[in-house]
Amino acid sequence: MKRVYVQEKWCLACHLCEYACAFANSGQKDMSKALKGVKINPRIKIEERDNISFAVNCRHCEEPLCQKSCISGAISVKDCGVHIDQNKCVGCYTCVLACPYGAIMPADGGKVMQKCELCTANGGQPACVAACPNRAIVFEER
Amino acid sequence: MAVDFFYPEYEIVRDPNRCIACRVCERQCSNKVHSYDEDTGKMVCDDSKCVNCHRCVALCPTRALKIVPSGDTFKTNSNWTANYMKEIYRQANSGGVLLSSMGNPEAFPVYWDKMLINASQVTNPSIDPLREPMETRTFLGKKPTGIERDMNGRLVPNLEPQLELSLPILFGGMSYGAISYNAHECLARAAEAVGTFYNTGEGGLHKDFYKYGKNTIVQVASGRFGVHKDYLNAGAAIEIKIGQGAKPGIGGHLPGLKIVGDISQTRMIPMGSDAISPAPHHDIYSIEDLHQLVYSLKEATDYKKPVIVKIAAVHNVAAIASGVARSGADIIAIDGFRGGTGAAPTRIRDNVGIPIELALAAVDQRLRDEGIRGNISIICGGSIRNSTDVIKAIALGADAVYIATAALLALGCHLCRSCHTGNCNWGIATQKPELVKRLNTDVGTERLINLLHAWEHEITEIMGGMGINSIEALRGNRLMLRGIGLTDRELAILGIKHAGE
Repeated sequence: MKRVYVQEKWCLACHLCEYACAFANSGQKDMSKALKGVKINPRIKIEERDNISFAVNCRHCEEPLCQKSCISGAISVKDCGVHIDQNKCVGCYTCVLACPYGAIMPADGGKVMQKCELCTANGGQPACVAACPNRAIVFEER
Repeated sequence: MAVDFFYPEYEIVRDPNRCIACRVCERQCSNKVHSYDEDTGKMVCDDSKCVNCHRCVALCPTRALKIVPSGDTFKTNSNWTANYMKEIYRQANSGGVLLSSMGNPEAFPVYWDKMLINASQVTNPSIDPLREPMETRTFLGKKPTGIERDMNGRLVPNLEPQLELSLPILFGGMSYGAISYNAHECLARAAEAVGTFYNTGEGGLHKDFYKYGKNTIVQVASGRFGVHKDYLNAGAAIEIKIGQGAKPGIGGHLPGLKIVGDISQTRMIPMGSDAISPAPHHDIYSIEDLHQLVYSLKEATDYKKPVIVKIAAVHNVAAIASGVARSGADIIAIDGFRGGTGAAPTRIRDNVGIPIELALAAVDQRLRDEGIRGNISIICGGSIRNSTDVIKAIALGADAVYIATAALLALGCHLCRSCHTGNCNWGIATQKPELVKRLNTDVGTERLINLLHAWEHEITEIMGGMGINSIEALRGNRLMLRGIGLTDRELAILGIKHAGE
């Protein structure tokens, strides 16, 4: 399965991936309209300290701990990766605790969780990959 | 002092309706132009620090930024232009030599743009390069004057060493130190992939790049940095750099601040010591001396590698080239006054040297007149900007061209001409690790390969139009060129007719 991989060597900590993610999941057509004055809550996040940085998002594990931990059956593994059904999520945060990568987090409002779905609902090409100016984020089969 | 105040040259225009305060401009500007005001939640910028490298403009996700001339002006004066005035203020303040980077930007004539290329009509029909074979392969080196056979009639294989290029374009010399490790890696990998050569410049060859040796030209300059036997034998050819188009007649100076880590090791000089290249080679004061160095280098490499001598295009370039051709060198590289540099005194960059077009035509003609054109191949460089410049250079007599500024542009350079500050936002002319990593070598390599392939397509297309199917048939074929808006004298030097003749 194709996944999003991050090459720490080339990550510049520019945070463009975060903004691209927030825009792609906003459902809006204009980035300025979608993100102006908004504190973004992206599904990919840059971890950085000193000169080391890299983006972190859902690894789409083959045996996801978030799925095992989910008390409501909201998380499932599909052909295109790990999926969360926000209609089933009860907001217990167990998956947030279980994910070893910190890649699942509360959606705006905090009532349900969100995670990277590889932009399957936004055209299928991950927006973070397209936005990365240094090809530090790639979408490929490994 | 108030007299030293300059209103910023550029103004950064931010569209407040578009800006989402994502702060990418702030994070990506090594000159610290942009900052975020926590109180207002808005981005602010200090235009006075802007070098107009376009990093922020290119990365802004909402296209909220553009850079425009600030428009501040002194009282209009055609003689004392704003630039000349500011330079006086600057020098009165610093007492120092003015420094600049990249090639001469002044409004001197560009002869490439005053030459037009021929095409076939009816007779001698044009060739479709998509259907018919087109040969762009080029060999650089001494060409034999005749065929020798032994007693049994078999050919005597006495061909001098040659460089084989898949197309008549090489990457020009840029040292590790002037440009980054990543930029060097891109050039090396692209040269290998395309089947041409890159040039180490005078900074030695990083140990990681010995594996690209068969596509490397190693340079020996007046500072002799990083020169040792393995280095000489690592490359496919050796270039003796006598001069550089951007700063003919003077040496170089890489500040000690940049001699860090691997650069110190590669150059074989202590960390933090200034790398000073003398103006002349202290062992070359005549063609005979040059001959000695050429043969010392040949001896060191077992006569297996061609030796290039690179000179700047100066007034007596034809006579100098004639001497070089007799020195035993296999190839001469001529660098025009538009050639780039990581740092040069402004006055020299903008006033010394001559246009490469005139120098090339003069050298080719002189060598032909003297019957020694076959002794030596000619590479010309110094602002080859596109594929038609390549075609025109070859028609004027070059065997191949060096591209360096064009290669850097492919890697992301926006010609802000601030290389000497060491803060290159595109990761090219810098040694700061956080900036160097901005040049992803996979991306850079691909872009260089794309550029060469694009030019190759265009070159074969134009050759086809001329009814020529081999680059050999274009070489020195000045009938394929016509001048436009040139004086008789200029046409005579270029050896071409005027359009309509």
